[in-house]
Amino acid sequence: MDWSFPINISTQGVGIDNMFWLIFWITGAAFLIVEVGVLWFLWKYRARDGHKARYTHGHLGAEIIWTTIPAVTMVALGIMSGQMWADIRSPSSFPENALTIGVSAKQFEWNVTYPGADRVLGNEDDFTIRNRFEFPVDEPVIVRLESEDVIHSFFIPEMRVKQDAVPGMTIPIWFEATQTGEFQIACAELCGLGHYRMRARVVVHEADAFNRWYDEHTGAAQVAAAD
Amino acid sequence: MATMMAEPTGVPVRVEEHPQSFIRKYIFSTDHKIIGIQFLFTCLFFLLIGGLLAVMLRFQLGFPGATMPGGSLLPETMAPDGIILPEFYNSLVTMHGTFMVFFAVMPLLVGVYANYLIPVQIGTHDMAFPRLNMMSYWMFLVSGLIMLSSFWVIGGASASGWTQYAPLSASPEASGVSTGQILWIVSIAIFAFSSLLGSVNYITTIINQRAPGMTWLRLPLVIWTLFITAILGLLAIPVLTAALIMLLFDQTIGTTFFLPDTGGQPLLWQHLFWFFGHPEVYILILPGMGFVSEIIANGSRKPIFGYKSMVYAIIAIAGLGFIVWGHHMFQSGMNPALGMSFMITTLIIAVPSAIKVFNWMGTMWGGSIRFHTPFLFAVGFVMLFAIGGFSGIFMASSPVDIFIHDTYFIVAHIHYVLFGGSLFAIFGAIYYWFPKMFGRMINETAGKIHFFLTFVLFNLVFFPMHGLGMAGMMRRIYEPAQYEHLSGIQDTNTMVSWAAFGLFASGLYFMVLFFWSLFKGKPAPENPWEATTLEWTLPSPPMHGNWKELPTVYHGPYEYSHPDMEKDWLLQNERPDVVSPAHH
Amino acid sequence: MEAEASRFEPATFQVNDKKLGMWIFLASEVMFFTGLIGAYIILRWGAASPWPVPGEVLNVPITAGNTFILICSSVTMVKAFAAIEEGNQKMLKVWLLATAFIGASFVGVQVYEYTELIHHGFLPSSGLYGSAFFTMTGFHGLHVTIGVLCILWVAMKAFRGSYSQADHQGVEIIGLYWHFVDLVWIILFTIVYLI
Repeated sequence: MDWSFPINISTQGVGIDNMFWLIFWITGAAFLIVEVGVLWFLWKYRARDGHKARYTHGHLGAEIIWTTIPAVTMVALGIMSGQMWADIRSPSSFPENALTIGVSAKQFEWNVTYPGADRVLGNEDDFTIRNRFEFPVDEPVIVRLESEDVIHSFFIPEMRVKQDAVPGMTIPIWFEATQTGEFQIACAELCGLGHYRMRARVVVHEADAFNRWYDEHTGAAQVAAAD
Repeated sequence: MATMMAEPTGVPVRVEEHPQSFIRKYIFSTDHKIIGIQFLFTCLFFLLIGGLLAVMLRFQLGFPGATMPGGSLLPETMAPDGIILPEFYNSLVTMHGTFMVFFAVMPLLVGVYANYLIPVQIGTHDMAFPRLNMMSYWMFLVSGLIMLSSFWVIGGASASGWTQYAPLSASPEASGVSTGQILWIVSIAIFAFSSLLGSVNYITTIINQRAPGMTWLRLPLVIWTLFITAILGLLAIPVLTAALIMLLFDQTIGTTFFLPDTGGQPLLWQHLFWFFGHPEVYILILPGMGFVSEIIANGSRKPIFGYKSMVYAIIAIAGLGFIVWGHHMFQSGMNPALGMSFMITTLIIAVPSAIKVFNWMGTMWGGSIRFHTPFLFAVGFVMLFAIGGFSGIFMASSPVDIFIHDTYFIVAHIHYVLFGGSLFAIFGAIYYWFPKMFGRMINETAGKIHFFLTFVLFNLVFFPMHGLGMAGMMRRIYEPAQYEHLSGIQDTNTMVSWAAFGLFASGLYFMVLFFWSLFKGKPAPENPWEATTLEWTLPSPPMHGNWKELPTVYHGPYEYSHPDMEKDWLLQNERPDVVSPAHH
Repeated sequence: MEAEASRFEPATFQVNDKKLGMWIFLASEVMFFTGLIGAYIILRWGAASPWPVPGEVLNVPITAGNTFILICSSVTMVKAFAAIEEGNQKMLKVWLLATAFIGASFVGVQVYEYTELIHHGFLPSSGLYGSAFFTMTGFHGLHVTIGVLCILWVAMKAFRGSYSQADHQGVEIIGLYWHFVDLVWIILFTIVYLI
């Protein structure tokens, strides 16, 4: 049985996991207060002969306390999460000069488009590989996510990245891997009959290995373009 | 409209002494109590259907590709040789959600108990518009049957999830379902109209028909929650109706609202759906909170702790409920800056829910607790709803939501809120008001067995789902173990499935108990729980028209254990000689 | 009973059931049209390609005239209500029938407009503008049609003498609905035809 997160190989994932555990401990404490409190009250205040319930309609002080503490906690969590969210998703957080790769989803495959030798996406020397997403470690990568038919969701669990691919929109996301290895893209949004098997290979290379792989393909693409 | 025109004045229906034919009395009845009971039987049937669908989809997850016992009874298009097909699996998850949300939980809360309880708790003869009320039930029944029939049309039932995300739901080529999809839309549109009729009725009745002395701050919390729920439904459901019409036209007459090829916007559907969908979440929980408040005060023999803050919390939840919908869309491609504001409102809406949980604990504090079955379910609600609330905080934090969105963590959360919350409250309400509705008691021991079975099995089914979600198991996946990161979870899924079958069995046990008690239960006294609200002054079951002479209300709804009194409860219509109004 | 109620319940909101029911129903209708209009706004101002100029697709002058007709029907509705307030049965019937007639004319002109548009190849499937135009005006037209039928129902009751100076709630309630439908049209006309 494996009930915890898969390993994290992303720079953004550290903060996400920490935030998860922070909320876990806060809500864990609240969980204990509520559950233990309820059980204790059930035991302590069970009906007994000759014992009458306390007649009270409330206590303003107590109510102020249990309104204020959750409110302050929530606002604090909101501010922290907001900062982290901005670091991941706001347009200004995107690294400049990052390797930009296009990913286009369609029922039920992931088409990954790499810029050609000019390193600019969206012109003729781009090349596309189906169901295989390769990128280098320790370097920020921007993915421009698109969909050809319905909504899919681009999910790499180990990268802590998930973003819907919406037809008619191009949605950029960015991340940076900290480890090499082979992983999978999974589709996380119900997209039809083959949704359950819509997966693709992810390969995170060492920088050298990636450059070799890349040169091979750009070379191939250039040859193909020349033909 | 025509019905509303028919009677020139606003005089509510009076007690009709003349005998009615069976058809008028039990089938096409305008008596709010009969309509409530009709809703109850119909909803229990749909609850059973929803449960059966869950069992089938859990079978596939627990035993992927195995032959389902009895599965060979299903048509070839669903499960050839008893093996569930992927397309049928997609229909199963879609229809399980649809039946549970629209045809079981929501009408159990509102259709059954708003109808049954509003007139008897506020002290009036019937609803403001009894015939609209009858129409509301019949439209509900028709919509449910249309939904059910869609399993047997060509292409099967809708397979685009109960949230019906366009363009999957808008184009038959994408989903492979055409007729079933159209039936889904038509069914929910009829349901929406039925719900509108109900809302108009409930709101008017509560505003206008309260008994003498029943001021707003003397209303039982059940009535407050049903009132606010009706307002939420009134304002949120028409937006869904508008969206459904656009979706229907996209499917049928070639409009392109949600189809991107000609400029339509898929995200528009999500905005409209969740603008409805989030208030809907509170429609699904608020009445449950009302039942639980009632039952906890009764079981603890204490006035509800912080009545006014309970009322304000209900109103706050309803108001905030309209500005949090975007938290369902953090990963949808919506502008990240919008995500930020939705995150803040979402985290703030946790506060009124927290207030309610603490107030329930405050009500138990210092009480003299009687552990009757309804009380056990109410406590179960508090314990499980709290867990659902806590898990909600994780996904409200948008960075954390990046990982857990669309995973089983969300599935765990929704079930803790909707099953551990709403359905536990509904079970509590069924046990609590059964004597009033049918004039018979449900055996306490049998009821407690049902509670413990349900409580234990529920947690065995849904608690591990948090873990599955953390492991990264996506929702609505026919065969999850084929993914590398999910290769280690099959044991958990199998265990969860066994527990789910047990949970379904405990549901069947409840159904048997319910129908057995209907005929064989001990006759119920007027006020078996020694409760305080007005319905307990009526015979069990109350007669047609409820009161010959309307009661007068002298004080708030939960006057338990007053120190100057011998007995520990004071009905709302009892003379307040000993209770000074200063307490309110 | 009334006296007792007021003793316990000072200053309760006292609007009779049916009128209150209509107000509540209209609140829901507001949200329905908000859904449609909101969708229109999002689609139009979020559109990637330029939006068609309404005047080039639609026959604005005819619809402007039709709008005027519908506003007139609100005036006749007010007249009908004023008549029965004074106990004038005859004028009540006249004004109710006039309102129903004008309302029906509005629907008639709309049907003519649709026929012409479809004839010129502008259909619900003609892109977003066609989608939105036919859905929004169509649902408004449906509301007008239902309104006309209800007014005819009320008029029939007026002919039976069901309303009096003291009790004429049916007229008031259908009036509320009718004015609402007119108001929605003015908004729709502005955003669909003019802007």
